[in-house]
Amino acid sequence: MRDVAIIGIGCTKFGELWDHSFRDLFVEAGVSAIEDSGIQGEEIDSLYVGNMSGGRFVEQEHIGSLIADYAGLASTLNVPATRVEAACASGGLALRQAILSVASGYDNVVVAAGAEKMTDVGMNTATDALAAAADREWEGIMGATFPGLYAMIARLHMHKHGTTSEQLAAASVKNHHNGTMNPIAQFRNEITIDTVLNSNMVADPLHMFDCSPISDGASAVVVVAADIAKKYTDTPVYVKAATQASAPISLHDRADITTLDSSVVAGQRAYKMAGMTPDDIDMVEVHDCFTIAEICAIEDLGFFKKGDGGRATEAGETAIGGRIPVNTSGGLKACGHPVGATGIKQAVEITEQLRGNAGKRQIDGAEVGMTHNVGGSGGTAVVHILSRNR
Amino acid sequence: MTVARFWRNIPNRYNLIGTHCTTCGEHYFPPRQMCPICRRDGKIEPHKFEGKGEVITYTVIHTAAKGYEMQAPYNLAVIKLDEGPSLTGQVVCGQEEMEIGMRVRSVFRKLGEESEKGMIYYGTKFVPE
Repeated sequence: MRDVAIIGIGCTKFGELWDHSFRDLFVEAGVSAIEDSGIQGEEIDSLYVGNMSGGRFVEQEHIGSLIADYAGLASTLNVPATRVEAACASGGLALRQAILSVASGYDNVVVAAGAEKMTDVGMNTATDALAAAADREWEGIMGATFPGLYAMIARLHMHKHGTTSEQLAAASVKNHHNGTMNPIAQFRNEITIDTVLNSNMVADPLHMFDCSPISDGASAVVVVAADIAKKYTDTPVYVKAATQASAPISLHDRADITTLDSSVVAGQRAYKMAGMTPDDIDMVEVHDCFTIAEICAIEDLGFFKKGDGGRATEAGETAIGGRIPVNTSGGLKACGHPVGATGIKQAVEITEQLRGNAGKRQIDGAEVGMTHNVGGSGGTAVVHILSRNR
Repeated sequence: MTVARFWRNIPNRYNLIGTHCTTCGEHYFPPRQMCPICRRDGKIEPHKFEGKGEVITYTVIHTAAKGYEMQAPYNLAVIKLDEGPSLTGQVVCGQEEMEIGMRVRSVFRKLGEESEKGMIYYGTKFVPE
C-alpha cells in the first residue's frame, strides 16, 4: 500500500441555504478544493461522493454522474464518479474510498466530496428520511426517531454512569463557542447551559439544543499519492489511518447501549494502523449528532474512561486549550450537519488545524488529528488519523 | 410502508414470532434467518416469545415520528425479553411510571396509521406487568 496525502480542501458555508441548489453546493466545494490543491481537472483519476439521501431530499439519485457532469468532469474527461452511502457516515466513507483507491496504486489523484441539501423538503420529510438510517421495519415502525434512539442511549448513560443533563449541555455550549470562530458554521452564537435546558424537549432527556440541526452544505478534499504531494503543496497532510467498522444497525441489538462498538473497533484499528495511542492525538472531530453522541465518542475512542465523558466535558477538558480539544469546528451541533458532507468537513477542519490556518480556533503545535464519523445510531463508524508528518 | 411489506411480517408483528437457532440455542427477535453466531452452521426455526421482559432504557418522545403525531408524547423503550433478545417498542402507561428495570408484558395494539384512507398498522406494544 502507498502513503496518501491530502493536498486540497474546500467547503461551502453550512446552514439553511435557500438560494443555493444541491448542484450549486457541490460545485462550489469541489472547485475550491481543486483550486486549493493546484491540480488541473485533467489530472483527476476518479471522484467519490458521500450523499445519504438525494432521493428523499432532492428527489435525485445518480448523484455521481450529476456531480461529475456539473463539476465539468464528465463531458470531455469522463471521470468515473462513485456515490457511497452509510447514512450520516457517507462523507467519511467517501474519503476512505478515495484514500483506498490511491493507496492501492489504482489512482494517483482523487477527489472525495460530500454533499447534502436537506431544506428543500419540509421538516417532517427530512426527519423521516433521517429515520431511514435506523431499521425501518423494527425501530422506525415502532415510533422511533433519531433523537429518540440517542435519548435512550443518554438515559442509560445517566443511569449507569451518573451523567447529567448539565454535562450533556456542556458539550453543546462548548461546540457553539467553537462555532463562533468558524466562518462556515451554521450557528455562530454563544449559548449557555440554561439555553439548552430551557429549550423544548424533543425526546426525554434530549432537548432541542442537544440536537444537531438540519443543514445544507458540501465539502471536498483532494487526495494524492504521498510521493507526488510536494509537487502541489508545501504543507501536505498525510493519512496515517483510514478505518471503518460495522456493528448491528439497531440499538436493541448492542451488547451495551452506552457503547458504540463500531466506534471502539474503528478507533482501535486506526491506532494500530498509525502505530499511535489516544495520547498522540492533538485534536479530534467527533460525530456529535446529539450531545450524548459526543460523550460516547470521546469514551469509545479511548480519550476518557467509559462513564467519564460527561464529567470531563463539564470540566473543560475537551475545550480548545483543554487536554484534548474536541470539535474545534463547532461540531455537528454548531457548524451544522448536512449529513453527506459532515465526514469530509471533519477532514477539512483537521487539515486547517494541521496547516496552522484555523484562525482563532487554532490548536498550538497541532501535529496529529483524528476524525470520527458515525452512521445512524452506530451501525457504521469511520475513523481517520491525519498528520503533518509522513 | 406498502401493504405487502407490512403483511409479510404480520405473524411476527401480531404474535411476537421470532426465530431460534437450534445449533447454539440463541433466540432472535426481530427474526433472523442467519444466526450471527453459527452463520451457515446454524439451523433456524420459528419461535413464539412469551412477551414478558424488562425495560433496559427508555425515552418519552415529544417530537413524533411521521404517522405518530397524534400519539405524542409517547414512551419508547428497549425491552429485553425473558428468552434473551431485545427489541424496540412502545410502553403504554404514564410517563412518570417509566423506569429502567420495570417489568412489562406484550399487548396487541394499533401502532399507527398513514392517513385517514391509508394503512393502519397493528402490532405489539407493552404495558407494565
